[in-house]
Amino acid sequence: MRDTVTTPIEAAIHLDNVSKVFGKAGTDAYRAVDGLNLDVRSGQMLALLGKTGCGKSTIFNMIAGLTEPTSGTVRVSGRDPFTDFDSFRGKMAIVFQNDRLLPWRTAIQNVELGLEMLEAPAAERRATAQLWLTKLGLGGHEDDYPHALSGGMRQRVSIARAFATNANILLCDEPFSALDESTAGRLRAEFVRLVKENGKTAVFITHSISEALEIGDRIVVLKRPAMIAYDVSFDGDTGKEERELIRSRIGDVLAA
Amino acid sequence: MSDIAPQIGSPPLASMLLAAVKRLGSSVLPFVVVILLWQFASLFFPRFLFPSLIDVFWRCIEIFSNGTMFADVLATILRILAGLAGAFIIGGALALLMVRSRAVDKFLSPILTLFQGIPALSWVVFAIIWFHGVEFRILFIMVMTTLPAFTFQVLGALRGMSRDLMEMVFSFRPTRTKLFRVMIAPAILPDILTAWKVNLGNASRVVVVAELVGATGGVGYQLLQQQQLFDMAGALAWTLQLVFFVLIVQGALTLIENAAFRYRAVSERGI
Repeated sequence: MRDTVTTPIEAAIHLDNVSKVFGKAGTDAYRAVDGLNLDVRSGQMLALLGKTGCGKSTIFNMIAGLTEPTSGTVRVSGRDPFTDFDSFRGKMAIVFQNDRLLPWRTAIQNVELGLEMLEAPAAERRATAQLWLTKLGLGGHEDDYPHALSGGMRQRVSIARAFATNANILLCDEPFSALDESTAGRLRAEFVRLVKENGKTAVFITHSISEALEIGDRIVVLKRPAMIAYDVSFDGDTGKEERELIRSRIGDVLAA
Repeated sequence: MSDIAPQIGSPPLASMLLAAVKRLGSSVLPFVVVILLWQFASLFFPRFLFPSLIDVFWRCIEIFSNGTMFADVLATILRILAGLAGAFIIGGALALLMVRSRAVDKFLSPILTLFQGIPALSWVVFAIIWFHGVEFRILFIMVMTTLPAFTFQVLGALRGMSRDLMEMVFSFRPTRTKLFRVMIAPAILPDILTAWKVNLGNASRVVVVAELVGATGGVGYQLLQQQQLFDMAGALAWTLQLVFFVLIVQGALTLIENAAFRYRAVSERGI
């Protein structure tokens, strides 16, 4: 267990004094994020942990470039993901809470989606999509439409879709929360293996302490309105007792 | 032990044929009832009120086989399709502008609602006063009467698109063309096909009104001739040309729907 120190230069993701206010200034304004500073270094798996409504998804959307911060600076690989939106084509992939598969596309066509945006040749697209579907145990389901797949299979297709573009940065918004614990556990393990094997930088949003401990090599606990209440890094050498200490500390922070 | 072997796998041919006949029968039955009632009435009423459907049938054959007459049918069909295509293109463009800008939406919505309240016959009068060319008048009438419906239907479809799916596609940073091809077009296609089906029926009624006034050919013009001759068989035969056209296009649209929406899950329990 160690303190997290990351200089902005080596940070893959850099948030500097970021705030987000929804609604017009005045009584109906809602401050979801308040002066947040956060750096994620390249190759790190960060688990962003917090209770519902603490601003996790707002941070996620700002890093993804889908929401503009009200103030402060967000940089991903040195660029503003909101204003330089198109420059992140193929460099950032997202796994959402629900699978968000296009219902009019088959499993393999859904996986090919990101590669289509990158203008990859059709044969290359098909081969890559096939490879990722097979890696995720969906061989034989290439031509199935989403409605014919189970929840776990659909989420695996969405993970394959994210990995197929070979993006360096992966953003995951509670991707296993809608699945039963056994399926979620299997997919989580597969996910961690794939992220490590492919050297990705990942930000993983979750509200489960166990999931954060299983997924991340760093955990940031957020308190409303999206302020860092606890920040801890660990690795494979971190022992069971130490992990239990971290779990207990996170529990205390969340309960406070 | 039973002597009868259990029937496993696909149902026998006889029961499949029976099911097909039942399906055909249930769709044809309403037409058969109307035809029989009309034919029954023709036995008791004068010809100019209820002509025999056999006469109507031969008049239909005459229209199909006579080049000049069939050209009138084709002219009407082309006017309907041109009007619908024009209204769809303009309506689609307006809907896109309205969905992108609140100001445009606030400006155009009341105008289109106002247009919706203007009767087709009023547009006919306006067209006659404003324009000279017959074809342009008819095109104008067709476009103006179907434009509001197309615009609102496309607008509704665009607004009804899943925000989740849009964000997912956006996360891959698509170009505008790609966004339209992979997300917008497939998402709004069901509503667009429904809009075409609804507006097709409206357009086939409006075109006749437009042709009644000022046109020198087409189904509407021919209907006016039949009215002046008090020829009910002729009036029915010309009307049926439009009905056939609507049925054929509706059938084609249904085929497109069946092919394009095969991805949809079908519940075994109906509504």
